[in-house]
Amino acid sequence: MQWETVIGLEVHVQLATRSKIFSGASTAFGAEPNTQACAVDLGLPGVLPVLNEAAVAMAVQFGLGIHAEIPEVSVFDRKNYFYPDLPKGYQTSQMYQPIVGPGEVEITLEDGSTKRIRVHHAHLEEDAGKSLHEDFHGMTGIDLNRAGTPLLEIVSEPDMRSAKEAAAYLKAIHSLVTYLGISDGNMAEGSMRCDVNVSVRPAGQETFGTRAEIKNVNSFRFVERAIAFEVERQIELIEDGGEVVQETRLFDPEADETRSMRTKEEANDYRYFPCPDLLPVVLDQAYVDHLRDNLPELPAEKRARFESELGLSAYDAGVLSASRAMAEYFEGVKDVCGDAKLAANWVQGELSGALNREGLAIVDSPVSAAQLGELVARVKDETINGKAAKQVFQALWHGEGDSADAIIEAKGLKQVTDSGAIEVMIDQVINDSPAQVAQYRDAEPDKRGKMIGYFVGQVMKASRGTANPQQVNKLLKEKLDALC
Amino acid sequence: MHDKTLTELAAGLAAGEFSSRELTQSLLARIERLDEPLNSFITVTAEQALAAADAADAARANGEAGPLTGLPLALKDIFCTRGVKTSCGSRMLDTFTAPYDATVVEKLAAAGTVSLGKTNMDEFAMGSSNENSFYGPVRNPWDLAAVPGGSSGGSAAAVAAGLVPAAMGTDTGGSIRQPAAFCGITGLKPTYGRVSRYGMIAYASSLDQAGPMARSAADCAHLLGAIAGHDLRDSTSVARGVPDYVEGLDAPLTGLKIGLPREYFGDGLDDGVEAAVREAIKTYESLGATVREVSLPHTHYAIPAYYVIAPAEASSNLSRFDGVRFGHRCEAPADLIDLYKRSRAEGFGEEVKRRILIGTHTLSEGFFDAYYKQAQKVRRLIRQDFLDAFEEVDVLMGPASPTPAFDLGANKDPVSMYLQDIYTIAVNLAGIPGINVPAGFAGGRPVGLQILGTHFAEAQLLNVAHQFQQATDWHLRRPALAEETA
Repeated sequence: MQWETVIGLEVHVQLATRSKIFSGASTAFGAEPNTQACAVDLGLPGVLPVLNEAAVAMAVQFGLGIHAEIPEVSVFDRKNYFYPDLPKGYQTSQMYQPIVGPGEVEITLEDGSTKRIRVHHAHLEEDAGKSLHEDFHGMTGIDLNRAGTPLLEIVSEPDMRSAKEAAAYLKAIHSLVTYLGISDGNMAEGSMRCDVNVSVRPAGQETFGTRAEIKNVNSFRFVERAIAFEVERQIELIEDGGEVVQETRLFDPEADETRSMRTKEEANDYRYFPCPDLLPVVLDQAYVDHLRDNLPELPAEKRARFESELGLSAYDAGVLSASRAMAEYFEGVKDVCGDAKLAANWVQGELSGALNREGLAIVDSPVSAAQLGELVARVKDETINGKAAKQVFQALWHGEGDSADAIIEAKGLKQVTDSGAIEVMIDQVINDSPAQVAQYRDAEPDKRGKMIGYFVGQVMKASRGTANPQQVNKLLKEKLDALC
Repeated sequence: MHDKTLTELAAGLAAGEFSSRELTQSLLARIERLDEPLNSFITVTAEQALAAADAADAARANGEAGPLTGLPLALKDIFCTRGVKTSCGSRMLDTFTAPYDATVVEKLAAAGTVSLGKTNMDEFAMGSSNENSFYGPVRNPWDLAAVPGGSSGGSAAAVAAGLVPAAMGTDTGGSIRQPAAFCGITGLKPTYGRVSRYGMIAYASSLDQAGPMARSAADCAHLLGAIAGHDLRDSTSVARGVPDYVEGLDAPLTGLKIGLPREYFGDGLDDGVEAAVREAIKTYESLGATVREVSLPHTHYAIPAYYVIAPAEASSNLSRFDGVRFGHRCEAPADLIDLYKRSRAEGFGEEVKRRILIGTHTLSEGFFDAYYKQAQKVRRLIRQDFLDAFEEVDVLMGPASPTPAFDLGANKDPVSMYLQDIYTIAVNLAGIPGINVPAGFAGGRPVGLQILGTHFAEAQLLNVAHQFQQATDWHLRRPALAEETA
């Protein structure tokens, strides 16, 4: 039988506010345990939450980025359950009236085709702390630094039909939130976390199969692997005459499998009700309009502009607009050197190659966009040739100089275009290579083209790579042909 | 000095008749001598009080004294007080020392007042008799066999007994007004949002409100001015200017339109209470007010709606008391669930557990719509009842409680206890202000007149109460206990 996979994602994005969603404590990652938890985060008796306006603005920006309805009124609810790292015994979330209504995200698949994935809604909520089981024998440590960090939970419709589509959706969300600057998108630090709802159904069937929710899927790669495993598990189960039960499963990346956490019967009754400590959030149209007017250029727009205005290929435009960091870097190089195509080649070629070799993200590049831009400008204005340019890039990469010009100067890499100087070097090479000259002279004229490479190499060597290769070629040909 | 009002004490301090230290020492000695049978204090903070009194005297010497500088008072043990045990009347918080000051505490300290300590209360403010305290019941200074009312029973008893001239209380369903009535003092529940709730341990967040309890409406006016106002730390506090509550106290009542809610004079109202209240209304007529009957048709739904909403919020608010970070933790828990179960079973008293259970049930899947949502609808109707009535009249008057203070142990059944709050509870659901003023006695126990106004009408309520106190002396009566060792 042919099976169809149906996938919906709940993506939790940590918003990049400086302070927490309901308190003034810092949200910086990596501090000593419990040093960034104030009285409000600890849930001390008598404390009250105060909504961080920055989190509201970021949620609305996301909503605008997915062309969603922004309801005038949204309401915070309490989700009640006991857990040691949940200080108040409830999580403040939005159950009934979320801040972002229905919207949609366009994803691009590997074959270049696009698909729209509907977003059901997105809501604001606070993160919990962390339970640390490893460091304390027979005890559990609790770190409340993360408690109260603002999260935007983005809930998709079950519109994805393959693991690849799910990964592409996650990447699109990642790209959007980083473009908007509302999250650092750092998945390794938990800035984006994902729950995946998966079900299968016979191809052509209208109704959905019973779904399982997979928790703890925290990288693009894991999303694909978890779905692949889960789909196979469900199909095998059904084909063996079994039934999928509605349950929550946990993805174990080590074992590459999902395991049952709890079934529907064991599910908590969260007893949601409106939080009486917080007023409903009322957004007036002017506020939303102001945020809309100040939205940065988003990935889809940027990509289109790279093609239409800069003349890049669809492929280049896609790669260079995929992340905000990449696009900003590329545009930085382009602005300095004034040549989009050359800039695109260098960013995707030399720079990406070096970054990949070292396993670095573009924001951590030792060569800045301004530095690379200057280097590309020197290629464009023919101050240096391509070979010297690679040397300059390596020197910049290893911190041997602050700017391309300084390195060109220090290393004497400036291209020699003075034909008199080049002719002196050519004459010297011809004088030093009687045997090769003789071979050249005796060869059939149509074979001579290949043989000239030897002389070019010698001249370039004599110039320490700085002679203009086109000029060398032209002058050599004239001189050698004159000898024939 | 113990029988003076705040206003009189302020004049004495200003005239140099006595220092804040002398006043503080004399009241601390009185607490020491008289509080044992009353049990109105959980914690007496003598050392901090004397330090604050000295600071107040120094400020006065430097010409920096404000109207409240050096005046002693007490705080219900629901207000977090930095460095001081803040128990909320519960075993759960018997070992809890608050690391910060509630906004009310901060403001009173900034005004130069001197806190003598933390007063007894029903556990987590749940109760109408102060019999639900982990620290034992409080007794009524007028009659030690009687309860002082609740939940701010300790504050009411302490003021009535002359241990402090004023105290802070909180009112979720009548917890300032009913004990003020039972103990023969003046107590004001402000409009919801008028006073910050920050640092006030939450019982039912949408109903809780702090307010002053004192010997006169004028004293309450001074204190309300000090504690009212917008607080950035409480989103439900209202950004609205604080009027001068003292300024308008002397305005005449000519032409005041008083409404008597028909539903507040029906079955179950004690004859003696009714007689005293009707007598008080006559006094108002003699002051130039007109009286008419009005109706608050949804009154009888107030108690059922309250006992859905308040326990629902409480069940969530009290989840933080889990034995993990602070408060009571059971001995040697076997595992996490055991830690939760035993810490909470041991830490909470019976009434608190009852309300957590009710609230957990009403919020459960399948019951939420039938209970919680329905109760919220009723709440809107009750609010509308009041708004409609205030279209016709300026203030509403009636008894604060259907009976005078009852005996300890007299109301064993929780529901009969809940019915005690029939005249006060709707006020919290509507969010409007209410004040209790002493209006006589029934069977030797005080009777309270409750006056209600529309949202943010505190200045008017204080004026109306003050004018009554200019015409009567019920608020000046003192129980024998307060006098015998004076």
